[in-house]
Amino acid sequence: MLSLRDVSVSYDGVPAVVDVDLELPDGEVLAVLGPSGCGKSTLLRAVAGLEPLTSGSVSWDGADLRGVPTHRRGFALLFQDGQLFGHLTVARNVGYALRLRRAPNVRERVAELLELVGLAGYGDRLPATLSGGERQRVALARALAAEPRLLLLDEPLSALDAGLRERLAADLRTILRGAGTTALMVTHDHEEAFTVADRLAVMRAGGVVQDGPIAEVWREPVDPETALFLGYARVFRDDAAAAILAAAGRPPAPAVAVRRSALTVDAHGQLTGVVLSSRATPEQIRLVVDVPGVGEADAVAPLDSHPAVGQPARLAVDSGRLAVWVTAPAPL
Amino acid sequence: MSPAVSRIARLLGVAAIPLAILGVFFALPVVGMVSRGFWADGTFDPGAVLGVLGRPRVHRVLWFTLWSASLGTLLSLALGLPAAHVLYRRRFPGVSVLRAALLAPFVLPTVVVGVAFRQLVGESGPLGFLGIDGSPIAIIAGLVFFNASVVIRIVGGAWESLDPRAGEAAAALGAGPWQVLRTVTLPALRPSLVSAASVVFLFCATAFGVVLTLGGLAYSSVETEIYLLTANLLDLQAAAALSVLQLVVVTGLLLAAARARRTPDPALSRILARPRRLSSGDLPALGGTALLGLLVAGPILALVAGSLRHDDAWTLANYRALATTGEQQALIAPVTDALVTSLRTAFDATWMSLLLGLTVAVVVTRRSRSVSERRVRSVLDGVFMLPLGVSAVTLGFGFLITLDRPPLDLRDSPLLVPIAQALVALPLVVRTLVPVLAGVDDRLRQAAATLGAAPWRASLTVDLPVVARPLLAAAGFAFAVSLGEFGATSFLARDEHPTLPVVIFGLIGHPGPMNYGMALAASVVLASTTAAVMLAVERLHVPVGSF
Amino acid sequence: MTRACRLYSSALLTAALLALTACSLVGGGDSSAGEPDAEGQPTKVVLVTHESFALPDKLVKQFEQDTGLDLVIRASGDAGTLTNKLVLSAGNPQGDVAFGVDNTFASRALDNDVFAPYAAAMPAGADAYALPGDDDHRLAPVDNASVCVNVDTTWFDKQGLAPPKSLDDLTDPAYQDLFVLPGAATSSTGMAFLLATIAEYGDAWPDYWTRLMDNGAKLTAGWSDAYEVDFTQGGGKGDRPIVLSYDSSPAFTIGGDTSTTRALLDTCFRQVEYAGVLAGADNPDGAQQVIDWLLSPEVQQQLPTSMYVFPVDSSVTLPAEWAKYAVPPADPLTVDPAEIAKNRDEWLTTWSDVTSR
Repeated sequence: MLSLRDVSVSYDGVPAVVDVDLELPDGEVLAVLGPSGCGKSTLLRAVAGLEPLTSGSVSWDGADLRGVPTHRRGFALLFQDGQLFGHLTVARNVGYALRLRRAPNVRERVAELLELVGLAGYGDRLPATLSGGERQRVALARALAAEPRLLLLDEPLSALDAGLRERLAADLRTILRGAGTTALMVTHDHEEAFTVADRLAVMRAGGVVQDGPIAEVWREPVDPETALFLGYARVFRDDAAAAILAAAGRPPAPAVAVRRSALTVDAHGQLTGVVLSSRATPEQIRLVVDVPGVGEADAVAPLDSHPAVGQPARLAVDSGRLAVWVTAPAPL
Repeated sequence: MSPAVSRIARLLGVAAIPLAILGVFFALPVVGMVSRGFWADGTFDPGAVLGVLGRPRVHRVLWFTLWSASLGTLLSLALGLPAAHVLYRRRFPGVSVLRAALLAPFVLPTVVVGVAFRQLVGESGPLGFLGIDGSPIAIIAGLVFFNASVVIRIVGGAWESLDPRAGEAAAALGAGPWQVLRTVTLPALRPSLVSAASVVFLFCATAFGVVLTLGGLAYSSVETEIYLLTANLLDLQAAAALSVLQLVVVTGLLLAAARARRTPDPALSRILARPRRLSSGDLPALGGTALLGLLVAGPILALVAGSLRHDDAWTLANYRALATTGEQQALIAPVTDALVTSLRTAFDATWMSLLLGLTVAVVVTRRSRSVSERRVRSVLDGVFMLPLGVSAVTLGFGFLITLDRPPLDLRDSPLLVPIAQALVALPLVVRTLVPVLAGVDDRLRQAAATLGAAPWRASLTVDLPVVARPLLAAAGFAFAVSLGEFGATSFLARDEHPTLPVVIFGLIGHPGPMNYGMALAASVVLASTTAAVMLAVERLHVPVGSF
Repeated sequence: MTRACRLYSSALLTAALLALTACSLVGGGDSSAGEPDAEGQPTKVVLVTHESFALPDKLVKQFEQDTGLDLVIRASGDAGTLTNKLVLSAGNPQGDVAFGVDNTFASRALDNDVFAPYAAAMPAGADAYALPGDDDHRLAPVDNASVCVNVDTTWFDKQGLAPPKSLDDLTDPAYQDLFVLPGAATSSTGMAFLLATIAEYGDAWPDYWTRLMDNGAKLTAGWSDAYEVDFTQGGGKGDRPIVLSYDSSPAFTIGGDTSTTRALLDTCFRQVEYAGVLAGADNPDGAQQVIDWLLSPEVQQQLPTSMYVFPVDSSVTLPAEWAKYAVPPADPLTVDPAEIAKNRDEWLTTWSDVTSR
């Protein structure tokens, strides 16, 4: 189990990570989510032993890792751009850790791993001839070959294009689950985090503002800023919040965060709004509506409906797509 | 003309000016000298020349040259690498001064370094107990003294911009520091390592003063042998045989180096890595650097101490005397004038070698479209290294006999000295620039072209920012080479304006304690001028990416 | 690009070019000098010489004033390099007159028709230095210096040991490990000493060298290494009190009111340096004037101070230290220049074999 206690890291006196406490049980995947520059990559590097801690401790199964160099930690690291060794073939990249420890049957093991990441037969290629997605798969196979106690993933998918990212995220989850790998991933993409991770820690300005099982964090973001970062579209307060909650059949609360798809066009809906704009996507129609007592809000409609701009529409609220604060959260 | 052929023609067109200069100032003189040996007494007699190669003495000389140069190269690499790591990947107070100072040995005249070295290791010196005076060990130490700085500069420049994350990824996979070095860092540095090794090997194999002075005459290298045969015995047949041998060996080496330089993926990602602070993990590297520091500092300290002694007392008298023409009128010009001449010559040699070197580097690093095009480029790459591998004596005498009538009546031109020095510096410039330019992703140039940039403009936008710092390093090299160059310079006409190394040579060659002290003082001035120029160049801080 | 911007950048460019030419040698030379004047008379004369050539500017200026010629001095390499350069460029010489070919190389130059005859008026006593066999006066002797074994007299006094006197003494075990000398292959001083031993021992000279090396003689690359590093009275305060140097060297080691060193006059080989008009010179008249100048009392008088050599003019007054401490040998060892030219290669090969054993 990985435990971080009061971990702080600074560069030349400028704090990058401040007093971070985190726990990661064996076999689980923790995603550290935060905007760029929040210190999440630094945190990852500190765990890997690549940055010295200013204070606090990183420990594994209760043993403090202070003074343990990177190569003795047994934590493999997967960079955003893979960092494949350009002078080695794919097979030699994947077999790198195995050769270091003079493991037997390197060839077979490498073939297995390449099979696992869907690149069987790529062994003799050079990294320069691979696409971005293929490189990341090789990097993943290389990291898994080390059989790390902990796999560290630094924005593993963010260099890839959207469709590929989605597919690879699912693959990543399957592979990590299948191998029972404990992993710490940092990312700025909440969907990627949601797809891959079991647990989520949200980081902002060097500190962890919230962490827990991913569904829990998702359902109950600690504050509006976190909610927005997690993909909630808007936050409503006071009367507007009460109006939305009432429509969802829930008691009033000081504030509520609303996902884009929380409001749906529905003939039986309890709210009425005027359509301000409408945009078709492959799966649904996205609307911006003006709801009296609430203000501007987002809504979705099925593809076969045709809400026209300027026309009123009835809207239903999906209670499961709201995050409610029972005490007033800090303003943004 | 097919597109491939026209591409090669265009390529040779760009390379025409450097090739012409190389042809006139290198190929012509060397061919002139060698053919004098082959056409002894007016008849073509290759048998006699080849017969020379059968002499046991020639075999001994060749063997000594090969092993001493190889060992010198290996040790320069072994000591230069840790220093390159410490000086280019770590930060600590005074690192830039140290970097600048490291080039100082490179320019010191061999005759003076020989004296300084021998004062340390000679029978009566503080290190006399080692008993290495006049042994091959002293020769090798001398070679390392001069050449480790070449390794540091060429490899350090590449190391500085190497992305550290590949090494971190390896460490995370369980590779210890040594394994990271061996399996990731050194392979990534390979082009620059091979570059540095081949240049250093050429310097070592053609070392002249070091072998004679420190070897106590018991050892001869191909270079000293050619000198003896040409300058003393006028045995041009034997000299031609050895020159051809030298050329063959050098060409073989260059071919091997070109093969070894080739990497599967030259498009390394270049970044400006933040140098880290020193830590306990750097102890081995620091140890190597300290060892090199001792080797370099020892003779230099002996030199400085000697320059401050006169009549058994500490004094600045030797330095004050530099503005005069010596105790007994031993000097034609005051040392201060000679320094100005040296600086002006070095300035010319620098811009010439940079201009030529940049052209050559750009030509050889463009991605080739066909096998034959690649061959042409790699041949060009090697051809410009050749001047380093040929004896200065051969070149000097060759100038005299081939550039002696119109339209090439150039043997008295004041530009001959800077041109000769530029040719000596050219390989260093090319070898500093090529690894960096080869790492530039060709797609960047293509991107610039699609945005409407003409080829030269694309080069300005894409290559210049990348190459700016290495260009400065190369300029420093060329300048230092020129300031310290003695071999070729001393064979060429010097008119009334001798360069500083020539003056130092004159001073130390005459009796009188003042002359000796002045020679040492002038050497210190030469070395510190070089270091100061290097420091200024480093301080220029080219704003990378501002073009 | 705006107008102002263009102006700015061209100003920058101009400034850069100006800075460039100020630092550069290009355009710094006096290219006008040397062009023949209106009557087609050459206005310059080129003296080709070796690295050790040095005369005060004042004398050069005086010559130029007296003759109206521009004297260009091209110095490079040592006497051997100079000779070989002259031989290689015979017929199309690099200059008009050469100075610095010595008696060990002179035959090679004469054999290759490097020089044209010129019977200069010789100063008093100079005939004694004329090159044997040079019957049509191609080479004029200008100076001489004898290579002699030098000893540190203070060291021997302190040790209570009598200094050696002869070449034979140097192989005496009493003087084991005390002698340092530059090698014959790399130093003209060393070559002169080899010739001295050849003159003394004839064909048996290799045996002498074997004994010399067995007695711990130390070889260095050049004179400066031997004298300045290993010799006890040199700049580096070495530990060998016997060194190969010159008859004039004791004049440069004055300590108190006497010299601390002495030349052994029975071990000397005399080097004579010559000047000659180059065959095929552009300006043979000027070349002759240069030779006359080198033989003039003004230059002859300056030779000891500027070039550490004795003048050939016996009427010249020597500097005080020279008169007192620099004693030339009365009867130096000699080898016929033609013999030297014929055997140099073979002798050096044998010498290398004997000494590197």
